[in-house]
Amino acid sequence: MSDTAARLRGKDLLGIADLTASEITLILDTAEAMKEVSSRPIKKVPALRGKTVINLFYEPSTRTRTSFEVAEKRLSADTLNIAIGTSSVVKGETLIDTALNLEAMSPDIIVLRHASSGACHLLARTCKAGIVNAGDGMHEHPTQGLLDAFTIRERKGRLQGLKVAIVGDLLHSRVFRSNIYLLTKMGAEVWVCGPPTLMPAGIELVGVHATTRVEEAVEGADAIMMLRIQLERMQGGYFPSLREYFQVFGMTPERVKLAKPDAIIMHPGPMNRGVEIASEVADGPASVILDQVANGVAVRMAVLYLLAGGGEHEAVA
Amino acid sequence: MKLLLKGARVIDPASGVDGVRDVLIEGDRIARVDMSIPPATVPGAIVADLGSALVVCPGLIDMHVHLREPGYEHKETVATGCASAVAGGFTAVACMPNTNPVNDSASVTRFILKQAAEAGLARVYPIGAVSKASEGQELAEMADMREAGCVAFSDDGRPVATALLMRRALEYAGMLGLPIIDHCEDKTLAGDGVAHEGFHASQLGLRGIPGAAEDVIVERNIVLAAMTRSHAHIAHLSTAGALRAVRSAKERHIRVTCEVTPHHFTLTDEQLMAPLAYDTNLKMNPPLRHVTDRDALLAGLTDGTVDAIATDHAPHHADDKRVEFDRASFGIVGLETAVSLSLDRLVHAGVIGLGRLIELLSTNPARILGVPGGRLAVGDAADITILAPDLNVTVSAASFRSKSRNTPFDGWPLRGGVAATIVGGRVLFVNPDVPQASALGRV
Repeated sequence: MSDTAARLRGKDLLGIADLTASEITLILDTAEAMKEVSSRPIKKVPALRGKTVINLFYEPSTRTRTSFEVAEKRLSADTLNIAIGTSSVVKGETLIDTALNLEAMSPDIIVLRHASSGACHLLARTCKAGIVNAGDGMHEHPTQGLLDAFTIRERKGRLQGLKVAIVGDLLHSRVFRSNIYLLTKMGAEVWVCGPPTLMPAGIELVGVHATTRVEEAVEGADAIMMLRIQLERMQGGYFPSLREYFQVFGMTPERVKLAKPDAIIMHPGPMNRGVEIASEVADGPASVILDQVANGVAVRMAVLYLLAGGGEHEAVA
Repeated sequence: MKLLLKGARVIDPASGVDGVRDVLIEGDRIARVDMSIPPATVPGAIVADLGSALVVCPGLIDMHVHLREPGYEHKETVATGCASAVAGGFTAVACMPNTNPVNDSASVTRFILKQAAEAGLARVYPIGAVSKASEGQELAEMADMREAGCVAFSDDGRPVATALLMRRALEYAGMLGLPIIDHCEDKTLAGDGVAHEGFHASQLGLRGIPGAAEDVIVERNIVLAAMTRSHAHIAHLSTAGALRAVRSAKERHIRVTCEVTPHHFTLTDEQLMAPLAYDTNLKMNPPLRHVTDRDALLAGLTDGTVDAIATDHAPHHADDKRVEFDRASFGIVGLETAVSLSLDRLVHAGVIGLGRLIELLSTNPARILGVPGGRLAVGDAADITILAPDLNVTVSAASFRSKSRNTPFDGWPLRGGVAATIVGGRVLFVNPDVPQASALGRV
């Protein structure tokens, strides 16, 4: 295993691509302490008391926004939610102008969800506040990658040497990108699978095995991660029908049998039952899908704490 | 007025001259080019002792710029674009028709030429639209625009929409003896892409424009140029596949020519990652390509497949670039960096010699567009560029004459620059960093 860093190097979390293995380990270790906080009767610590966190969401999101908000409240931060439709975005204000206006209120952290890849980079270069990427276009969703890794590590005790299969719409998925960067940095063997029309060009150069045969990806896997398939992709001509997609790539109980007997089933949500995953698999004993949601809070607490709390993770307990 | 340029290395590929010569300008014309013209024999002439470290060559011609006027005067005007041109060593530019209104009629052409005459800087050769409003439906009035001064036709910014329109455009422009210049991009393959489809765009989560989107249309145009026996010119060629197609077409004597931009022979898609991820000044169309494409362009510059270097000078206001990458405008300014990038990355890097560079920047653009210049001939207009190939320059976007600053090269140290630019015998730019050229400042 890699060493654990003492702190994160930057003021922002823009993507897993920028993190070292020891920084990833630091976040995951810190998240363990944060998970303990969530199991207490009083689920609150004063770590971010007096700090202001703005959740700036340009795309609709229930799960991620709620998860960040819970994490911020458990750390005693003052939080502010700004969603598209209630802000001046509809009047045509640019992202930079919106951010500079928010910055004038001296936030410590801005959590940004945006439809454009690289939007967080743009903000990070403009703002003094730390920027946490809550999903930018097709680029990254680093806290999702971290919570997925946290969940695998919790179940398997490690990441190194595990075979992880990721199946679905790879091309448009920011969850996919954060996961492959994280898992390859941590020494996992990553297999990615999807229709060739939804496979990003040159992706094998990241150090993953790419295949269009789901059986090959799943065989002997320790963890299987399914990605959401959106109806728009069928309309965009990437594959003929949701029915055929399920036939060729859907995670069925039969396919799960090819994995290790103790393999876990993951999904970042929201799920399309009967499209990328059979209900028997999603609700089966191997599914850790709800654990992922619970762990999301712990991981986001860890990230916010490490960026805005200014200390090492031992200080929290 | 008489001006004697003494002792410089004169390179004129059109006449095969490469050596130390003296050049005498009288009024707006080249009066003499000789081994030695003693100053005493030309009384009253201003004498500029340039020395053989400087290169006197026919005025550079940028055959692909966007001057933005009419319609987008906040990005550039004919006057500021021409000021940028002469500061970059260009005595003439050919401007694309994607203004507002589109230059699809003689009246817009005449307006542009009137603005250029008022500016009195670089010569401007308008390129008319292939189709009305560049909408890809009906042919624009090409003969009328030629009368008004257009030197070629293009729907640049977008490709000539269909094979049928391209066929008819080639046939019709062929009658007028003018080329069709095409921005080669299959829109169905390019989709809403913003970067070259490949590993780096995949990593950054940017929608890809595959090289094949260019290759397919270049091949289409070659087939149609062969069929119509007309001249197709490929704008800003950027892929190895397109270059291969042009090379093979030339072997078959099909009338196809092509140009390459300094940014495509200098940069690759890898620069999208670092030092500044998602830098919108690296967003252009065609996009920065893979290193194998870039290397193919360098080979094409060496072996003669590439006919011209053109900048695709695309000024944009800072507001158009200070946004999310996928919302930013495509394109960068190029007039004031082209010479330095070409000298540094091509000549000093050993890709091509100075003679070939002047062919690419002057001789060939003049030939392709059928415009005057591109040579130093006695009796011709004195359009002359003086290069300082060994001058160390640092690109400074803040001091550009262009109205826009959108360049990825700001702060770059480069070897080679412009010493002076002379249009019609008038010295319009003198670089204060070149002491040998200082006498020209008194003209």
